[in-house]
Order: sequence, then structure tokens, then C-alpha cells
Amino acid sequence: MAPASSSAPAFEYAPAPESRAVVDIAPSYGLFIDGEFTEAADGKVFKTVSPSTEEVLSEVAEAGEADVDRAVKAARKAFEKWSALPGAERAKYLFRIARIIQERSRELAVLETLDNGKPIRETRDADLPLVAAHFFYYAGWADKLDHAGYGANPRPLGVAGQVIPWNFPLLMLAWKIAPALATGNTVVLKPAETTPLSALFFADICRQAGLPKGVVNIITGDGRAGAALTAHPDVNKVAFTGSTAVGKQIARTVAGTRKKLTLELGGKGANIVFDDAPIDQAVEGIVNGIFFNQGQVCCAGSRLLVQESIHDELLDSLKRRLTTLRLGDPLDKNTDIGAINSAEQLARISALADQGEAEGAERWSPACELPSSGYWFAPTLFTNVTQAHTVARDEIFGPVLSVLTFRTPDEAVAKANNTPYGLSAGIWTEKGSRILAVANKLRAGVIWSNTFNKFDPTSPFGGYKESGFGREGGRHGLEAYLDV
Amino acid sequence: MSERLSVFKTYKLYVGGKFPRSESGRVYEVTTRTSAAAAAGKGKWLANAPLSSRKDARDAVVAARKAFGGWSGATAYNRGQILYRVAEMLEGRRDQYVAEVADAEGLSKSKAAAQVDAAIDRWVWYAGWTDKIAQVVGGGNPVAGPFFNLSSPEPTGVVAVLAPQESSFLGLVSVIAPVVATGNTAVVVASEKSPLPALSLGEVLATSDLPGGVVNVLSGRTAEIATPLAAHQDVNAIDLAGADETLAKELEIAAADNLKRVLRPQPVDDVDWSATPGTDRMTAFLETKTVWHPTGALGASGSSY
Amino acid sequence: MPTTAPAAQGPVNGPVHGLADVTASDSTLRRLLHGLPGVDTVGLEARAASLGTRSIKTTAKAYALDLAISMVDLTTLEGADTPGKVRALGAKAVRPDPTDRTAPATAAVCVYPDMVPTAKEAVAGSGVKVASVATAFPAGRASLAVKLADVREAVTAGADEVDMVIDRGAFLAGHYMKVYDEITAVREACGTSARLKVIFETGELSTYDNIRRASWLGMLAGADFIKTSTGKVAVNATPANTLLMLEAVRDFRAQTGVQVGVKPAGGIRTAKDAIKFLVLVNETAGEDWLDNHWFRFGASSLLNDLLMQRQKLATGRYSGPDYVTVD
Repeated sequence: MAPASSSAPAFEYAPAPESRAVVDIAPSYGLFIDGEFTEAADGKVFKTVSPSTEEVLSEVAEAGEADVDRAVKAARKAFEKWSALPGAERAKYLFRIARIIQERSRELAVLETLDNGKPIRETRDADLPLVAAHFFYYAGWADKLDHAGYGANPRPLGVAGQVIPWNFPLLMLAWKIAPALATGNTVVLKPAETTPLSALFFADICRQAGLPKGVVNIITGDGRAGAALTAHPDVNKVAFTGSTAVGKQIARTVAGTRKKLTLELGGKGANIVFDDAPIDQAVEGIVNGIFFNQGQVCCAGSRLLVQESIHDELLDSLKRRLTTLRLGDPLDKNTDIGAINSAEQLARISALADQGEAEGAERWSPACELPSSGYWFAPTLFTNVTQAHTVARDEIFGPVLSVLTFRTPDEAVAKANNTPYGLSAGIWTEKGSRILAVANKLRAGVIWSNTFNKFDPTSPFGGYKESGFGREGGRHGLEAYLDV
Repeated sequence: MSERLSVFKTYKLYVGGKFPRSESGRVYEVTTRTSAAAAAGKGKWLANAPLSSRKDARDAVVAARKAFGGWSGATAYNRGQILYRVAEMLEGRRDQYVAEVADAEGLSKSKAAAQVDAAIDRWVWYAGWTDKIAQVVGGGNPVAGPFFNLSSPEPTGVVAVLAPQESSFLGLVSVIAPVVATGNTAVVVASEKSPLPALSLGEVLATSDLPGGVVNVLSGRTAEIATPLAAHQDVNAIDLAGADETLAKELEIAAADNLKRVLRPQPVDDVDWSATPGTDRMTAFLETKTVWHPTGALGASGSSY
Repeated sequence: MPTTAPAAQGPVNGPVHGLADVTASDSTLRRLLHGLPGVDTVGLEARAASLGTRSIKTTAKAYALDLAISMVDLTTLEGADTPGKVRALGAKAVRPDPTDRTAPATAAVCVYPDMVPTAKEAVAGSGVKVASVATAFPAGRASLAVKLADVREAVTAGADEVDMVIDRGAFLAGHYMKVYDEITAVREACGTSARLKVIFETGELSTYDNIRRASWLGMLAGADFIKTSTGKVAVNATPANTLLMLEAVRDFRAQTGVQVGVKPAGGIRTAKDAIKFLVLVNETAGEDWLDNHWFRFGASSLLNDLLMQRQKLATGRYSGPDYVTVD
């Protein structure tokens, strides 16, 4: 990797850190219920740390069942008025929120980088612009629901219980809250235990926007709070993004109820590179596919399927490219690879990578010095991987790419589909008909051809098979929050 | 002259385009369901229906999976033609179904005829949907970048369908047709007490150019057959129309193991099978696939935008 | 990756041997050039834009500014050029910042062939090279004989470098042999002393696929440098087309062992832009190209902005156009 090269490179980029001063983190935060920050009923708190330094950033309240109940009651109370508000008025609240997010985007980007560990380059250029865009997009739907294809005057469901992961904390919040509010629901949202801060800052944005009390409630806590929320009898809608294992548990919880459920779960995306691919762009797509956000992306292209005839050439290019990745301080504007989100996640990635090695796959990482504190994992490739290897089957959720080969398009499709997951896939070829034929056969909800990891609020996102069900984004994303 | 002795029909399952007996070798008695019969505790014997086992369910899933590639890959136009053909074949055997439905549901001939006519019309309705649903629920998305972005519906895969218990034919058709119209394949569990119209439907499907395995019909104890189907890892979705509240909950829990798409039963009071169905039963078993591709410019000179 | 050190190379490249069979005819050349990997426009431009977000500060910026100054081919290519203008340009190239002798000299001055003697005199003894455009610059629409005469005049007058334009018409018509033969003929006319830069006029080639093909064609024919543009059309050097050409020289060296330089020209006016190009070099071709033997900027107004930024860095205050020389 660039900073750790043995001989001093001629063009060494000096540190270019983004200023932390733009964000003011309070020493402690309460739960945001009914428009007020309050302590947990039992007074419990937990600490949130910066994954790149292990520094404690703040202490936040840990919601228990009583708090969940209080939040659901607040949302229920707010529902009547909020859902009765003319769509155009709801729209204006959402537009306000979108604007305030734009105004405060630098602050939120730095905050997100501190709490999550991802590079400022990503929070600044990807997360925050997409967050604002998502609110803008759904704001516009609020008074046009009659035209959305779900019949005249489609009704909201009621109280939405939403549980989101730590990989894109604020973006996942936007994906959940924007469509829910646009359609007239009220929400109780639980951010992930390791990344609660941006949701709490969002609570402040709701306050600045003058959003009526109780329409958005944020409860922080661990999986127990999430379980209490999804199981709460007065919740009408459950939306979850996270692991497939937890998703299945939630599906069992809501079985036999009238709760509407959408799940956005894991993946093991295949990035298929044919021998006639635009190679340089394919290399960028592979890198973006698995090292964006340290690979902690449900739709990551974690399996590289490369046509045998160009395997060596592509791998040389890929390895050369990986040596230019810059790992380190996430606040440095030149950092490409930040910290892993938590010690727990780091342990999981390490264990799976070790297993890959133990099972005989060949492990490679660029020369790379990892910072001494914080949670770090070097970008890693596994070659000589077969479908039977654990690293080809299990979602690692880290910067680890498994490289497999294929000989024919049929074989590529068969291998790509040979997984219980079905979230994303990539196709790289200059032949248009092959793109269409392969895209048609892949069992995945999002197919990127000659690109990867692109997101847009107008574009529906979601999985096949064990990657979950329901779509977020676009007109399709409204359905999850309407009684249709 | 003595009256001619009629030939009974041996009702068999319909699996993979063939008409096997149950692997269990067992049958159960099917009787008429007139209110008088119900009052007497038992109706008139109609036939013995196969009592399907979990292995029959397994075989049906294999057949449905095998048929999925071809059926989902067929053109929407072709699927529409075949569904229309089903209506044509039914029309020709209308009297048979009127009789079977009258017996099964204890209806007068005229009420049974209305059910059968509505069922035939329902096939016609869905035949017309095959090449329209993608336009209604899919489309281009105006993403903020140089990309062409298109969302299209695709069939979920193998769908286990628990047919409604009461409406033995119109209800049955109303749950099968939307599933297969969009390219899914189905394993259907017929109404437990009134399976005969469903088993006979297999005969029509088999002569309508519908590829074997696209629809598979099992008869027997709903709970017994549905339980392995709900837990089956190669079933992608389940329609619980024919399950009661307790069974529906159990099945939904089992379905979570591989995250099947679950269509919960409507409260029995709300079901009006004669109403125009809308698209819900199709969209319940459709996935949305979104494909991105760069558009770029005609040239690198920057002047071609 | 072969580690061909720049020093191990001769002063100039020649046609690349061992690939004789591919340079046999239009069709064999087409097969080679059209067999190169395609270029996805959106992906290429996104990569170039992404590298453009690198933040180059303090010591890195000081290094980059001096490197960029040392890579400038300080250019005047106007009908109104006079010996006086060229002499002033030469003086500026040798000592870009009269107030600060630590500012490096530029790589070369770039003039029309008839101005080469004047330019030689102006930079004599400084190490600054004299480059001359030739081959009926900028249109390239003349007979080969005229083009070669143009080249010989420049070389005879002492040009260290010749910047030729290819026949874009022939290239777009698929007459790759014609383009190839013309480059090899010019290469020969340059002799062993002058390095040859081959200008594609990428704005006229229109597609990135064409730019990659032209790059390989030029390198196969013996180019020492591949250069984007004449500076005379609407679209000249861009981060994307330069990135693409950097990929081409990188891949060409990997395949043949021969290192070729890259020169974006036209449209690079600010230090900020120049530094973005250096980032492209650093992260694409690598540090072997971070030297004015292998990378140049064809520019005129860029130099003063580099100098102003250099002054800002030294003094901490923003400079102004009155504090750099206008030549």
C-alpha cells in the first residue's frame, strides 16, 4: 500500500485530515422519544467508540422494553395527525429535512466517519449526498401517492419499527425514514449499537425542521431493543436491514401477525468478468465492489468470477491496483480504506480469512502497515478458491475478495447463482447481448453491468432468496409502507 | 334392459405432467358437501382421492423446479397463449366441472355453473396479464448519473399454493393462475375436503400445452403436505390461502428458514373470489430486478452529449 | 511488472520489433488494435474524477509544484510568433521565477520549426530542450514528403524533440498502415538524437477506444512520447484521456519492456489541474513516470499559475499576476 512502501516513494501525499472541529459531539445522549431526549427508564447507558482509534466518542442511553413501549406509544399518538396531514404538507417537512442535511453535510460526514470508521472520502462523496437525495426523492412522493400505481388514496400502515445496521448508518436511516414519513407512517428507529450518533444528530435535524413530536423516535441500544421493537404488538410495519440470521428470526417473530415485513439482508455478490471486458474499468469495479466501505456492504462483489483465459492478466492488474490503495486515518481525505467498524466484526473477518487459508485458498494482501490502535484489516485476495470453500460461500462482510474462475457464460451464471443469497451481481463485457443474456439469468435483485456499487433513490434495491424481500428506493419502495 | 353401469374415474395426482398415484399408496374418501349431508354428518361418497405424503410433496417440488427454467424463460406472449388455451379446454369440459363443483360445494347446477364460468373467465383475464404486468410494475428509473437503469419483475420461483378450502374451483383457479401467469411454477395443495375439481384440472392443464411440472396438484391433508413444503429449502414462496390461522402461523414460521415470500391468508369473511382480483396475487410472487448500465457519451471529445 | 529503469533506455525509441507480423497490413493492425480491451467511458471518467479528489497539501504540494514546473513544455505556437517572443519564452523557461532561483527550469520550449534556431540560442547551455512541432502542424494535411521536410528542417536546426501530428483522417478511415508508416518515416527522419512525440489530437479521434488504439499504434511505430493534442481544437488534454494514455504506456511497457512518455497538452491552466495530472501519473503508470523524461505538460499559461502557487506556499500569502513575468 502506498503509505507503507519500503523505499520512500517520490510523490508521498502529506496528511490531509478533514477538520474534526466541524462536529460537536456531546458527552452523552438520551433516547429521542416524542420530540425529547430522555434517559432510559432504567438509566442504562453504553459507550460508542471511534473504530479507528478506540477513543470513546460519547455515552448513549440503552433502551429497554419500557423505553421501546414508550417510543411506540409516542409514534402511535403522532400517527393520527401525521397521517391526516395533506401530502403536500408532509412533503414540505421532508424537503426541509433534505435541505438541512445538505447544509450540515460536512458535519454529518465527519461524524459518520468518526463513529463508523469509514473514510471521509466516502461519507463526503457517497453517504451524505445519497442521504439528502433520498429525502428529496420521497418528499416529492408524499402528495403524489394516488399516482404511484397502488390505487387511489393508498393508506399508511401506522407505526413502523425500523432496525438498521452500522455499515451506512445515516444512509440506511434515510432509506427507512424517508419513504415511511412520505406515506404518512410514524416511526421508531433503532440504529446499530456501534453507530448510534448520526441517528441522534438526525433527531436534532427533525427538531430543526419542526417535525411534529413523535413522528420520528430514535431509540439506541443493542439487539435486545431491536427484538423488543419488532415484537411490539402495536407496531404495524417492520423494516430491517442486517444479517440474514437476524432477518430470519424477525420473520419468525412477525409470523401470524398482521405486520408487514420487509427485509434487506446479506449477500455474496458475484462480479463476473468476461475476457472481452473493459479491463481497466473492470479492475476499478472489482476494487470498488469489495473495498468500498471496507467490504462491509451487503451488496459487495465479494466473489470475483473471472474467465480463465484472462485470469492471470486480470489478477496482475488487480494486485497492482491494490498496492495503490491507501489505508489509514479515515479523516484523511486521501484515505481509501478505513477502519473495520468493531472489534467483533474484525474478529469475524479474521476468523473467516484464516479459515480460507486453512482450507487451502491462497491468500494475498499488498504490503501494508496497519495502525497500532483501532480495528484494521488489510485488503485481502483469495485465489485458487472453489465453490466449496467457506470464503466463497459465507458472507465475510469485510475487505476480502474470493477469486474463482469459469470457462463459459453458462458456467459463470451457474456459479454466480450457486448461493442462498441473491442481492447483487456484476457483469463485465463489451458485448451487449451477453450483458442482457447474463443479467436475465442471474438471480439477484441488483445487477450492475460494466459498473458496480451504484445507488440512487429512484432505483429499487433489494434481494432475491435469502437476501430478503421487499424493495427500497423508487416507486417500488413505497409499497413497503402502504396498506396495499 | 338394465341401466349401463358407469365407469368411475380414478382420481390421481398431477405431478411433472404425469398422473401418479400417491407414493403412500393411500387414499381418502371424498364426499358431497350439501348442507343436508353436513347435517347428517356425512355426504355421499364421490371418489377416493390420493392421500399425498411428504414424499409426494418432495417429488412435486422437484418437478416444479425442473419446469421453472423453461416456463420462466418462455415469452410472456407464449405464456398468455397457453393460459388462454387452458380456458378453451375448460370451456369444452364445462359440464364436467359444473357437476364436480356442485357436488364438491353443495351448490345448485346454476350456482356451480356461475363458479365455473367465472373460473374460465379468470384464466382469460390472467392470460391477458402475462405480457402487461412487466410494463405495469417495471420500468426505467431516472437515476442521477450517466446510467441506464431498468427495473423488471421476475418470477420468484417455485411457489407452494394452499388452495382455498371452500371455493374448490374458482378459488383454486384464482390462486393458481396469477402464480403461473408471471412465470412461477406451482405446487398446489387442493382443498382438503373438496379436491376433485383440482385433480380434474390437471387433466385440462395436461392438454393445454402447459409444460409438465408448471402446475402440480396434490390432494390430502393440507397440514400434512403444507408442513414439508413450508420448510422445503427449494421452495421460494408460499401462498397460505387455504390455511387456517393456527396453521398459517406455523407455516409462516417454518417458511422463515429460507426466507420464503409468504402471502398470508385473507380473513375468510373477506374473500370474494368472484371479484376482479387486481394485481396483488401476481406481485406477491414477483421479484424486482434492477439492471444498471453506463450510458456515457458518443465520444470522448465532450461535444457529443 | 518489468522494472526497466529509464537510464537503461537509449535516448530514443525505435519501431518495436518482434511484432512485425502485426504491422504487415491494415487488417493485421486492425486485428491487434481492435483486440485491445475496450474502454468504458463512464468508468474511465469516474476513475479520473475520483483521482482528482486527492488532496495534495504542504510538502507533497511543494514537491508536486516543482515537479510540474520541471515538466512544462513551455509553448508558443502562433502565427504571430517572432524571434523576440521566442527569446523571451526561452528566458522564461530557463529561469521561470526571476525572484526565486530555486524554482526549477522547465523541460523544454516548444516552437514551430522556423523558430528552432532562435529557441536553441535562447536556452543554450541551460539543459532546457527545444521541441518543435512538425508534419504540417496542426492539421497534418500535407504529403509525406512535405511532412518529412518539415521534420528534417527542425532536426537540422537542432531540435531535441519533434512533436508530430498523426493523420487523423487516415486513422478514422481505418488506414492504420498509413499512419504507422508515416510515424516510422518521421521516426527515421528524427535520427538518433531527437525524441519523437506523437500527437493524436484526441479531440478529433472522438472515442476512448480510438485513443487507446492510437496510443498502441504510435508506440508500436516507435514513439518516445504519446501526446494528446495540438491545443488547437475544442477539446484537448483531459484527465480521462490522459489517464487512458497512462494506462496504455503502462501496459505497453509490461508487454514489450519499452517505456514511452506521455504529454497532455492544451487546456491545463492551473496548478491545481496540473497536480491532478501528477496524481494520475503516480497512481496509474507509477513513479517511474514522475520525471520530465517521461511526462510533460504542453502548456503556456500553466507555468505562471504554478509559480504563483509556489510563491504562496513559500510566503503563506496569495500571489498575483503582477508578481510573475508575462512573456
